Amino acid sequence: MSLFLIAALPFLGAVFPALLIRAGRNACASAAGAVTLLALIGVLVNAPRVMAGGVVTAQIDWLPQLGMNLHFFMDGLGMFFATLILGIGLLIIIYARYYLSREDPMGQFYAYLLLFQGAMVGIVLSDNILLLVVFWELTSLSSFLLIGYWKHLPAGRQGARMALAVTGAGGLALIGGMLVLGNIAGTYSLSEILDQKELIQSSPLYLTALILILLGCFTKSAQFPFHFWLPHAMAAPTPVSAYLHSATMVKAGLFLMARLWPVLAGTDAWFYIVSTTGLVTMVLGAVIALFKDDLKALLAFSTVSHLGLITLLLGLGTQAGALAAVFHILNHATFKAALFMSAGIIDHETHTRDIKRLGGLRTLMPVTFVIATIASLSMAGIPPLNGFLSKEMMLEEISHTTWLDSHWFFPVLATIGALFSAAYSFRFIGHVFLGPVRDDYPSKPHDPGVGMWISPAFLVLLVIAIGLFPEAVAGNLVRTVTDAVMGEYGDYYPLKIWHGVTPALYMSGIAVVGGLILLALHRPLDKGWIATPRPEAKTIFDGLVGALTRACRGITDTLHDGAIGRYAAIFIVFVLVLGGYAFTTGAMGPQTRPMLEIEVLPAIGWFGLVAATLCIVAFHRNRLLSLVLIGVVGLVVTMLFNYFSAPDLALTQLSVEVVTIVLMLLALNFMPKTTPRESSVGRRTRDVLISVAAGLGVGGLIFAIMTRGFAFDTISEFHLANSYKGGGGDNVVNVILVDFRGFDTFGEIIVLGIAAIVIYAITEAIMQTSVRARLLNRVPDQPVAGDAHPLMMVVVTRLMMPVALMVAAYIFFRGHNLPGGGFIAGLIAAIAIIMQYMASGFGWAAARQHFPYHGIIGSGVLVAAVTGLGAWFNGMPFLTSAFGYIHPPGLEEFEWATAALFDLGVFLAVVGAVLLALESLSRYAWNPNIDSRHPMDINPSRDDNGRVIRKD
Amino acid sequence: MSHWIVLPIVLPALLAPFFLMVIRHHLDLQRIFSVAGVLVLNGITLALLNHAMSGEVSVYELGDWPAPFGIVLVLDRLSALMIVLTSQLALAVVLYAIWSGWDNRGRHFHPLLQFQIMGVSGAFMTGDAFNLFVFFEVLLIASYGLMIHGGGGTRLRAGVQYVAYNLIGSTLFLFALGTIYGVAGTLNMADLAVKAAEIPAEDTALLRIGAVLLLLVFSVKAAVLPLHFWLPASYSNAPAPVAAFFAIMTKVGAYSILRMFTLIFGPETPVAQGLAGEWLVYAALLTVAVGMIGTQGAAHVARMTAFITIGSTGTLMVAISLFTPEASAAAIYYLIHSTFATAMMFLVADMIIERRGDSISQRRPMQHGGVIAALFFGAAVAMAGMPPLSGFIGKLLVLDAAWDAPDVVLIWSVVLITSLIAIIGLARAGSLVFWKAFDTGSGRGDVDEDTARREGVVFPTDAPRLPFVPVFGLFAVLIALTVFAGPVMRFAEDTADQLYTPQLYIDAVLKGPGS
Repeated sequence: MSLFLIAALPFLGAVFPALLIRAGRNACASAAGAVTLLALIGVLVNAPRVMAGGVVTAQIDWLPQLGMNLHFFMDGLGMFFATLILGIGLLIIIYARYYLSREDPMGQFYAYLLLFQGAMVGIVLSDNILLLVVFWELTSLSSFLLIGYWKHLPAGRQGARMALAVTGAGGLALIGGMLVLGNIAGTYSLSEILDQKELIQSSPLYLTALILILLGCFTKSAQFPFHFWLPHAMAAPTPVSAYLHSATMVKAGLFLMARLWPVLAGTDAWFYIVSTTGLVTMVLGAVIALFKDDLKALLAFSTVSHLGLITLLLGLGTQAGALAAVFHILNHATFKAALFMSAGIIDHETHTRDIKRLGGLRTLMPVTFVIATIASLSMAGIPPLNGFLSKEMMLEEISHTTWLDSHWFFPVLATIGALFSAAYSFRFIGHVFLGPVRDDYPSKPHDPGVGMWISPAFLVLLVIAIGLFPEAVAGNLVRTVTDAVMGEYGDYYPLKIWHGVTPALYMSGIAVVGGLILLALHRPLDKGWIATPRPEAKTIFDGLVGALTRACRGITDTLHDGAIGRYAAIFIVFVLVLGGYAFTTGAMGPQTRPMLEIEVLPAIGWFGLVAATLCIVAFHRNRLLSLVLIGVVGLVVTMLFNYFSAPDLALTQLSVEVVTIVLMLLALNFMPKTTPRESSVGRRTRDVLISVAAGLGVGGLIFAIMTRGFAFDTISEFHLANSYKGGGGDNVVNVILVDFRGFDTFGEIIVLGIAAIVIYAITEAIMQTSVRARLLNRVPDQPVAGDAHPLMMVVVTRLMMPVALMVAAYIFFRGHNLPGGGFIAGLIAAIAIIMQYMASGFGWAAARQHFPYHGIIGSGVLVAAVTGLGAWFNGMPFLTSAFGYIHPPGLEEFEWATAALFDLGVFLAVVGAVLLALESLSRYAWNPNIDSRHPMDINPSRDDNGRVIRKD
Repeated sequence: MSHWIVLPIVLPALLAPFFLMVIRHHLDLQRIFSVAGVLVLNGITLALLNHAMSGEVSVYELGDWPAPFGIVLVLDRLSALMIVLTSQLALAVVLYAIWSGWDNRGRHFHPLLQFQIMGVSGAFMTGDAFNLFVFFEVLLIASYGLMIHGGGGTRLRAGVQYVAYNLIGSTLFLFALGTIYGVAGTLNMADLAVKAAEIPAEDTALLRIGAVLLLLVFSVKAAVLPLHFWLPASYSNAPAPVAAFFAIMTKVGAYSILRMFTLIFGPETPVAQGLAGEWLVYAALLTVAVGMIGTQGAAHVARMTAFITIGSTGTLMVAISLFTPEASAAAIYYLIHSTFATAMMFLVADMIIERRGDSISQRRPMQHGGVIAALFFGAAVAMAGMPPLSGFIGKLLVLDAAWDAPDVVLIWSVVLITSLIAIIGLARAGSLVFWKAFDTGSGRGDVDEDTARREGVVFPTDAPRLPFVPVFGLFAVLIALTVFAGPVMRFAEDTADQLYTPQLYIDAVLKGPGS
């Protein structure tokens, strides 16, 4: 079977249980089992080739640019692990079918389990280290879901998060490590990397890569000081614990160390880091395990200890060490999975996992007793079980290992580890099964159905078979795998049970005897243990995460406190700093333009401008006054434009000033008339300093630009030359607006239109809230004018209206050749109508206005766009203008230009936008219940009460 | 000359006024035309992308005025890619807004969205710096309207900050353009590229100020620290579909930096030495850090999403700030990912908020909780850059591209460590929101009436199902982006090559479409 299929099957298969749960729990479990079995068969059919020393490969390129490809290969090591993962997976699936209760969503469980299984298979078959990292992180994610499976339990949720945090952190380190490794080797292909031992170990980055990769391995395989997540992951359902912590997840770190052994191992750094960590973990885990009362916690710490043992063996960097490691991986998987499942059975049947509440189950649960006892004895290292063999090999290897010139350090500590290991194994048997039968079990215990014990029973058979006939059952396998680990073929002794009287045997003996003694002394020791203060990993971890969360929240909320003033201050200071940097790192030549004489008129304008601006700063709390002053600034600017021969700009500026001031006055009507003093003196000082700096910066910049000529010819020469010839108009400004850069204008009228409809939309939103009621009941803070609609004003504005509109038309039509154009004309027309609103009131004006402003805005944009599109029919690009001259009989020559049509669009958009904004703002004040005594309609046929007198 | 190029701008610019004029009182008709318009837009942009894939740089001279005197639109690989992203995102957003009923919570959603699409597309396609300013204004004002769609005090307040901050940015943009024009006498980008390369030594200081001001303006849009302050409040208070569409808005800033600082002020251009790369990378790293830290610290789903958006944009900016072809290719891949992943995250966040309120704390289980949890998981995996989704690939590409950078250690450390913070933060949020709801031991997670009213939580039992469609659509895009990472990356590399061969662009624009 193709490796792609093997790796993909669990992922694809994860869909089936998730769906088939609707057809029942058996269908669901069978689907999961079938998928796993199929993948397992896939591995096994490839096994003969691998056992013969071959390597099965499958390759598809995924992201060759990065070197991340779907390259799989299966050598001895990969096959060994894949078989373990899928084989034990199958057993777990059978077990879980009977373990989970009806309330548990089984479809989810199997789906997660298969995802996890797929990720594990992916890790062990990857021939690309980046692909491996992908699967590696997938195991973290899927185990997060599995550990948190019982989402109603706080322990499950917290355990899941802790596992994800620790293994996720390791995963990120691993990403870094793998990238470094790949960059050293020049490839991310695993099999190519494995050939480059010299290159990698001589690289200055070797240590970096090693440490980062080991961080990944140690966190995953729960090595000290990252071991603490594993016991908390026990909150998961037991099948999950049995799977993750016997054969799979925690072995991923070991797998990776074994996988990269040929290129990483063999250096001092490797030896000291890996073996020491392993040894410490092994001893620590074993000691803690002895004092755990929760069955699963005991097993969890024993797992930590055994993982430490295997790490230690891998760290030795010797062939025999590797062989022992491989062998113990196999043995540990068998007995530990069996033990976890036994613990699950006990929990399931007695409803407790507390060893102190158990005991005497020997006769009540005989099947479970046999299974658990054999597995425990194997864990304790009692012959003739498989645990004894690999432990013996370990002790043998340790007995002649020196650590920092010390010959006794390793052997002594290893013996202590083995001793505690034996002790907790004996305790598992002694305190759970032996002893008197109790009458206070939470539930009456009995053996479960065959479905639950068949899986551990099968594993225990393996434990015995390997123990009795190691060479026949596992010899070839272990050697093939070890060859794969070493990356070379080695000479091995056959696996056998009796090696004669060796130092290892003495150490083993001490361990067993010592273990029995410890068990006998357990009660007093336990008292002492409980009394001893110990750092509680979960408390520390929770404290750290809590502190992290608080710190993060503190930083974030302090930085983003919503004070726009500070945001703006930071913005401006940052701009000033970078602008200053850019300026000082460049060069500026001397002034090239002479200074102009100061003439009287501009000097007056200048003083007016400066004075008005300073007054705004001084009187900004009086809002009406500042509005007036802003108007003054605008007028001075208008005059300056005019003085410097820019009548177009002057006209525009003037009309814009009028309209904006009117709109702002309207808005001011609903706001307090003074700005309250809200900031401290320090804050204001800061703001003043920043503002002055910014002003000086901008002023200096403008001065520098104006006193120097352009470095190149400007494009405006072209505009001047082509305005009439190509654009059909003498007024370059207008031709630029409607032709050369008509597209900009098109965008800008849209901006104007959007602004208006946004004002409308806000008004709508606000008027639908309680604000409306508040507005209706508003008491004006200023006395209301006695006559809202003075007769004089009404009459004058009415008379003005046709005149103003006429002016607008005039300005519009002359725009192409003389100052004017659609924009200015639009503003003037808008002012003409605003005058009606002001003089005669909103209700009166609105009643006489038959074109919705939305429509006017829309038509303006549409007219402009359609004019632009018209060019297509002429075979020209969007907005290409056309013009020509016609001689109507009896009249002067007359120019027509599509640009005028475009300008009409501008005109309409401006009129619509201004009036929609005005209308929206007016609605805040409009009150349907208040009617003027004299509606401003001068209607002679009306009596004093405003009623129309009917003649008839 | 094909008129196709201008269509992504003209089509929405025709639709929006049509909505306003004719069918502004008919939401159903607006919906139909809005979806139809976006579908057509997708067709157009895909056709344009197909055209640009050949490597040809196409130029459209508006008003038939030759560059640099008139305005040109330029279609190259990058701009084609960006408008495709815009239109695809718009489709998801429009469908979500319609099916979730968001478009009915205020006035003028559809015309504003069309204008927004127009502004974004224009910004991506224009070859003229001043025209870019115009489109920045279009998209700013439209986005402001969209942001406050539906109203409400908090939202309006956030909107004011948003628009005020961005108007400072716009002012700065004008200063920048004035300065640049005052030196170079042109604002056509291709022409500027020529001029910037030939700038006399005594004029460099002013041009450099112009360049750095431009960079700052774009950094505001891209939410680069310390110019990101407008983002958290506005994104977390904006209506969800709008926030989702804003995923492309930060990309406008990123795009503009990538464009301007390869074309005009490229890494080889003497006048631009020391302007961009030197500080931007640190600012980008700070952005990543602040974004991810904010994710971990957030007490609300929307705010968390806003911060992870900052983190994602920061990662993108790290890649851009390296200014090498490899890093830019990585940036382009990451940009695609970031756009869709951010949008998805916002929509998922909205589903959560609509059903149980914004607070990251225990509440009752929500309707469709399982599916939403799965989608949240997917989006979180993507945003945090965990395998196997495109976020991880993007992150790997960025890290790999940083290998030769002088600050490689810093870049790697920040990106990897902050990823961890994001993972912890997202796991915490997911666990509290989805899992703890089932914990009857620690209270039922009921919301008292005050909170419910304040947050508008009603625990609906008949929440609509159709909004799931666009969310799954976005998820599918992310998966496709992962599976087809190879081809996408090939395109990204071609795009980066085109960017770092600016002469192609310059020639196409200055020699005119006829050549």
